Amino acid sequence: MSGIEDTCVLRARGLYKQYGREGGLVRAVDGVDLDVAAGRTLAVMGPSGCGKSTLLHLLGGLDRPTAGELFFEHRRVDQLSERALAQLRRHEIGFVFQGFQLLDELTAQENVELPALLARSSPRQARRRASQLLEQVGLGERASHLPSALSGGQRQRVAIARALVNKPAVILADEPTGNLDSAATLEVLRLFGALRAEGFTLVVVTHDERVAATADRLISMRDGAFAGDTAMANAGGPDVHQSAG
Amino acid sequence: MGPLVLVWRLAAHDLRRRLTQSVLLLVVIAAATSALALAFALDGTSNTAWRTTRAATAGPDVMAEAYPAKHPALGELTALTRADGVVATSGPYPMASPVLRTGKIADPVFAEGRDETMPAIDRPYLTAGTWVRPGGMVIERGFAGQLNVHVGSRVTLDGRPFRVAGIAVETGRGANWRPQLVWVTRDDALRLVSPGGQLAYVLNLRLAGPVTAPAFAAAHSSPSLFIATWEQIRSSDEKELTVVQLVLLVGAWLLGMLAIGSVAVLVGGRMIEQTRRAGLIKAAGGTPQFVAVVLLAENLLLALAATIIGLAVGYLVAPALASPSLSLLGSANSPSLTASKAFMVVAVAVAVAVAATVVPAVRAARSTTIGALNDPARTPRRPGAMIALSARLPASLVLGLLLAIRRPRRAILTALSLLITDVMIVCALALHSSFASGKSTDVMVNQPGLGQPLLARVDSVVLVVTVTLVVLATVNTIFITQATVLDAQRPSALARAFGATPDQVSAGLTVAQLIPALLGGILSVPAGISLYRVATRVAGGAPNANLPVSWMAAVIVGTVAVVAALTLFPARAGARRPVAAVLRSD
Repeated sequence: MSGIEDTCVLRARGLYKQYGREGGLVRAVDGVDLDVAAGRTLAVMGPSGCGKSTLLHLLGGLDRPTAGELFFEHRRVDQLSERALAQLRRHEIGFVFQGFQLLDELTAQENVELPALLARSSPRQARRRASQLLEQVGLGERASHLPSALSGGQRQRVAIARALVNKPAVILADEPTGNLDSAATLEVLRLFGALRAEGFTLVVVTHDERVAATADRLISMRDGAFAGDTAMANAGGPDVHQSAG
Repeated sequence: MGPLVLVWRLAAHDLRRRLTQSVLLLVVIAAATSALALAFALDGTSNTAWRTTRAATAGPDVMAEAYPAKHPALGELTALTRADGVVATSGPYPMASPVLRTGKIADPVFAEGRDETMPAIDRPYLTAGTWVRPGGMVIERGFAGQLNVHVGSRVTLDGRPFRVAGIAVETGRGANWRPQLVWVTRDDALRLVSPGGQLAYVLNLRLAGPVTAPAFAAAHSSPSLFIATWEQIRSSDEKELTVVQLVLLVGAWLLGMLAIGSVAVLVGGRMIEQTRRAGLIKAAGGTPQFVAVVLLAENLLLALAATIIGLAVGYLVAPALASPSLSLLGSANSPSLTASKAFMVVAVAVAVAVAATVVPAVRAARSTTIGALNDPARTPRRPGAMIALSARLPASLVLGLLLAIRRPRRAILTALSLLITDVMIVCALALHSSFASGKSTDVMVNQPGLGQPLLARVDSVVLVVTVTLVVLATVNTIFITQATVLDAQRPSALARAFGATPDQVSAGLTVAQLIPALLGGILSVPAGISLYRVATRVAGGAPNANLPVSWMAAVIVGTVAVVAALTLFPARAGARRPVAAVLRSD
């Protein structure tokens, strides 16, 4: 196994996702090969409907591929049961969605605690970790607020804290600034910068060039396939395997 | 520990957030568990009271009556006193059949002529006043309650004045026997027989062994004698509770079915929200099993509360229902809600909770996490025949049909919910109908005259069960209408964007509700009559159900009218929302 493969956290080979059939067939992801190196930030850009969100969902086990293979740290995961996928997400993958996807009936603190409690942390440990993360994202004083009492930027910061609570190997973010104003976008960019500095692996699907500019590598997608793969100025070394598409 | 805390947190917070729905679910399940607990609690309740009364009044093992006016059978009756197995007797007592009048009430009675001293067998137990004396009568307690007469009240028997000397109970002829009973002196009873009128004689027998009573009655059966054993007397005295219990049991099953329907409506109404919530928990690392546990915990909390309410109602209300008969001594014994019966009530509540959980849990397990988060709309299906039919219908009707077809399960639920309620209404009407037409011998001895206490009590229990069902069905209809209006916002807005008027749209929404309402109303008539026939047969009566056609039509028309009224307001409000606002929010 090469050095590149050793540091690879996520690997996809011949990944397909199709919807519909016959005349109505849509190839949302069309034969993608991808390696994501540990500790790097990968941005995926492309027009609406090009399949970038679907790719992210497949990488995180939120959806199942029609064909192809998907590996997480050398372990094949595309054929795992729903239960095993849930455990993978619980411990290894953190998600940040465009629409925040917070539970409306739980406070900011309780939303952040949720994955920790699922991972069998004690309630006290979960509370301590959630408080620490909320402080880190600047929401220590808003911990007891319900999502409805928070601004869009604050909700997204809660979502980021929730994604980090179990110290995952990879964070997958789907249009994390899509619903935010400029000030909130800058705040999220600052947080992502901090995560990158801490060595987290980030895969970010975005339309926002400011977000893409913070990545080590930029992939462009069109019609479900990769149309371009660029190492960015932030890149610290040759961490990518050549993508197909 | 962590996952348990999380289950509790998610369940409790969600229940609190949707408080109205939670309370409604609680009420629905509690109605079913209460009716079931009541029915179970009443089972065997009156045995103690009857046994107490029988012991206090030295009730006979066998009671025999002879009607000499029709058959010269007095000799045959007195011969029974010397029959094998007879150890003690009282009588024969003469018994006239005058009409008792007090105030505006006139009711035929049996006036039994007694000695002024109490006999060894069948000694009526005085609960007020003194025993018979010339011109002074004693009246059976249940009957006195109906007439609202007291010691000292003045009444007439066939125009002859009497004063109520006392009030008593006995187990020979309780309040459920018709005509009802008063005691007078022998001379007064004989004087009450008009020339050519009927005079009967009553004989009470104590046997060596009460268990031999049926055999004794069979051995001495005669066309000129009416013989009743103590078991038959008890059955009559307890008829009231038996029928009330039957009504409650039938009501409990109907309420249980309606509760499941209501749960389906309430759960279905928030299916999209629940599915998204399930997706969100799964995205954070929750397994499908964990999602199911959270959903089940919410509904089990409600079921537990409903069980507690149901069992409490069973304990608190059953004594009131169990002691309706003043004809027996003592208060009713504590309702017998044994552990096994309480378990049945818990089982029903848990079954409803599980039924409420199954669909969203299966949906959460089957869908991918991202599918649950996005919950894409299902592709509408429309058969070719329906498309052809639509072309010939007015716009409002087409819109209504489209909505009904789009959500077939919702339409079926509406129809079922109304069907169950209307079935109980039809049963209640059938009971009223047979009561009004004097055919209420379906379930008891009957003679024309004063209203029968048994029917009055059964009638009130039927009324309570029916009103509860109507309230639940109304809640169901309101929820279904709201869900339909919300669901129809986008197609309605599109129809209006292309020229449909708000009136056409609201008429379409109303039609969507009226189709299942009409179906439920029509089916309820044969179903209700069938249920009434089965219930009367189980209660020991002849299964007659002569419901006038106009009443049947009223049930169907009434159902449709009520549903139309409940639908109209939300439909009109929904149809008047600005088109752009609806399309923009989609």
